[in-house]
Amino acid sequence: MTAYVEHLKPFLRKTPFHERIEPLMTGNQWMRWTGHYSPAAFESVQSEYMTIRNGASVFDVSPLIKYRITGRQAAEYVNHLITRDLAKIKPMQAFYTSWCQDDGMLVEEGTIFRFGENDFLLNAAKDQLHWLEQVAYGFDVHIEDISYDLAGLSLQGPQSRDVLRAFGINSIDHLPRFGIMDLELNGRWLRIDRAGFTGDLGYEIWSKPQDALWLWDRLFEVGRDHKIAPIGSHALEISRIEAGFILIDADYSGALHALRPSNRMSPYELGIGWTVSLNKQGYFVGKRALKKEKEQGLSRYVLTGIEIEGRKPAPGSFLYADQPGKHELGLTTSAVWSPTLKKNIAYARVPTAYAKSGTQMWIEIWYHKEHKIERSMVRCWAANRMFYDPPRKSA
Amino acid sequence: MTPQNQTDVIVIGAGHNGLVAATYLAKAGLKVTVVEAAPQIGGAAVTREFVPGYKVSGVAHLLHGLHPAIARDLDLARHGLDLKAQRVETRALLPGGLSFDTGSIASISRTDAEAYPAVMARLTRMADALAAYALHTPPRPDAMNMDWQAKLNLGKFAWGLRRLGKKDMLELTRILTMNVNDLANDYFESESVKGLLCFEGVLGLALGPRSPSTVFNLLYRLSSMGANGQGGFLLPKGGMGSVAQALGMAAQAAGVLIRTGAAVDHILIENDAAAGVMLSTGEEIRAARVVSNADPQRTALQLIGPRNLDTMFVSRIRHMRMNGCAAKIHLALDGLPEALANARGRIVVAPKPDDIERAYDCAKYGGVSDRPALELTVPTLSDPSLAPAGKHVASIVAQYCPYKLRDTSVNEARHQIGERSLAVLEEVAPGLKQRVTAMEVLTPHDFEKQFGMTGGQWHHGEITLDQVLFLRPAGQAQEYRMPVPGVYLCGAGAHPGGNISGAPGYNAAREILKDARAQKRIVGAA
Repeated sequence: MTAYVEHLKPFLRKTPFHERIEPLMTGNQWMRWTGHYSPAAFESVQSEYMTIRNGASVFDVSPLIKYRITGRQAAEYVNHLITRDLAKIKPMQAFYTSWCQDDGMLVEEGTIFRFGENDFLLNAAKDQLHWLEQVAYGFDVHIEDISYDLAGLSLQGPQSRDVLRAFGINSIDHLPRFGIMDLELNGRWLRIDRAGFTGDLGYEIWSKPQDALWLWDRLFEVGRDHKIAPIGSHALEISRIEAGFILIDADYSGALHALRPSNRMSPYELGIGWTVSLNKQGYFVGKRALKKEKEQGLSRYVLTGIEIEGRKPAPGSFLYADQPGKHELGLTTSAVWSPTLKKNIAYARVPTAYAKSGTQMWIEIWYHKEHKIERSMVRCWAANRMFYDPPRKSA
Repeated sequence: MTPQNQTDVIVIGAGHNGLVAATYLAKAGLKVTVVEAAPQIGGAAVTREFVPGYKVSGVAHLLHGLHPAIARDLDLARHGLDLKAQRVETRALLPGGLSFDTGSIASISRTDAEAYPAVMARLTRMADALAAYALHTPPRPDAMNMDWQAKLNLGKFAWGLRRLGKKDMLELTRILTMNVNDLANDYFESESVKGLLCFEGVLGLALGPRSPSTVFNLLYRLSSMGANGQGGFLLPKGGMGSVAQALGMAAQAAGVLIRTGAAVDHILIENDAAAGVMLSTGEEIRAARVVSNADPQRTALQLIGPRNLDTMFVSRIRHMRMNGCAAKIHLALDGLPEALANARGRIVVAPKPDDIERAYDCAKYGGVSDRPALELTVPTLSDPSLAPAGKHVASIVAQYCPYKLRDTSVNEARHQIGERSLAVLEEVAPGLKQRVTAMEVLTPHDFEKQFGMTGGQWHHGEITLDQVLFLRPAGQAQEYRMPVPGVYLCGAGAHPGGNISGAPGYNAAREILKDARAQKRIVGAA
């Protein structure tokens, strides 16, 4: 008889789709994501990745932290919070943006959805209600964590649109990239936006939690002819690196969670300086510091893409200006062998002067080979971080 | 744009620090306009007619912190301020008709009488060493970025501490963060003398004698007893308004334009820099530099506004401790009881440390002290012009009447602090109550409303170790500059802090002139 041990009881939260995902997890490869069970891989990372690039992949994004921002001055508030110009999006549009601390160091980057003039949803990877509330001082605004009020699936891949059409959503053809639509299907509320983390054609579908299983079942029913398959985060990781998206805790430490202040990074240093709109109307948090960084060239480095000789993935590898490795330049963060591009790619923090596309550097890669660790010093070249950018993404 | 609406510098608020800053700036050749919401200048340095014919200092009633160098620079004597004649001593009233002053402690305790002068001299020496920064910009925590002047000042400061000698330096290190009750126990044996010391340690704070940092507050107050203050308490002739009048005259003599009855709604910010002020009437006055004599919270959260500021800075300013705890009670008297008949000086009613601690206990939980600790002056004894012939006024600082009240309305608090203070006074000065013909009570809420001090905090933020030097008002806004370029802080919320000293105004003016000169060099070079 097994003694029942109270403190060893599983304590992770189950998403609204858990009942459907669990039986498919033959390898039991779970991960933790914001305290939820989240699949790392179902069976084969390779085949799941191929689904993203050739079929229609389904990933449960319910664990994302979701903040709803409403109130009389919600638009003014959001514009003060984020670095991008909110005037650029109208209701039922979304955009990708950064938000920073006083000294211009990135709190997080992500997508903000605008449903009405003063109605927003901010999806975040880390808890930050306290920060959002602090920024809200002086604004007539209401911020609510509605993480558990929405169930979400990310449907990504070249056949994702066909799946939705087969689902009976013909108007999906007219949804532009970063567009949002609300609809009713079989008397159930659904919200679809055209965004994702794969750099491919793709959508996110949101429902009420009680409709989650219905949504899952229907999607897989109509998607059968369109190579629909569930994926885990390992496959997603390959596609997001190919697409050039940065990931918190992988490529940077969020300013609210960084242990060392010097570990925090600015949007310019992360290569997403394009999300900083210094000329927008009004002040935003970190503007003075970011303006100074830009004008005086204070960025310590920039996170660029690199293409590496050979096939050995190079996470956490040092880059050098010279082959002997006397002049150190920086370090890689995310790295992967790209199955689609057949290239060895990575992100690397290097001085701005080395980030120009085509600049040659040397990289020291340590890799496992049958119980041994070996070292190779090979060439690599700076490259646009958006390694994979198919026209269908925005077509 | 008429010339009247265009100037070099606008100073918001004609409090004493605003006037000091304005005068130094005007003397350096800048065109300065001071805008003051009240119909008269002075801010909290006012003489107030609380009943027809009866006048009293509206907030602070004793002058001790006015920096002698500023008084000299601005030639305040020529402008009518007499700092020589009105020095007063402190006398403690005890229940049962007893009392003592600093010269007659022997009547209470021989040991303490012997110890007292040496202890106070020693503490004053330490306070003096700490006050070396009164007229300097405080050192920055990032020493590498200090200019030569700042480094020199830091060196002088260190030398000053070194000169205290090994014993005093060690003692200063020991007591700096301590509570004043423990210090009193270290130095004295009699409860009455301890009570007097503890009272000095908690005056102006929302803390009791057993709270840490109260020794620092004591040293802070004692710093004006040395070379950086008046060396004692003065009862200004004509009330505290006379100090403001002298400063106002000095300002006008220097060419400052003072506009009273001109309330500022907000600071105009264009292209992320100061552009002037918008008055509540809708009138604009434009200037590239705006200097706020308002407290840090009012300046940042209302005049600049959180929308023009970064979040962590706003949070820091919001969390400044500004819980005003002192009420002011003004009495019109048709005569004086025997105990006060010769009370020319400063009277303290705080018989034992425990009395003050218990008074604080009430405030800690949002209530008015059952038995407040009191500081009282009868200014009419030295200046009969403040009341009709044969009549008197009494001015009382009563602690504690907290701004942050719980289960007590402001009106109840006002009534309670008045009645309870009178009851305490009646015990040490029997017959006083019968002599009262009129009474006015000002609570911290009244100070906030009438003088614009947030939280009714006289010092624009409590004087504790975490709110002084480069941390005043916030580490992110040192050296009198607010984060918005061209906006400065010149009031008590900036280093070195409260009391009617003029030092923050003096220091702010120096920093503003530094910026103005640097800009001139850039423009000149271009």
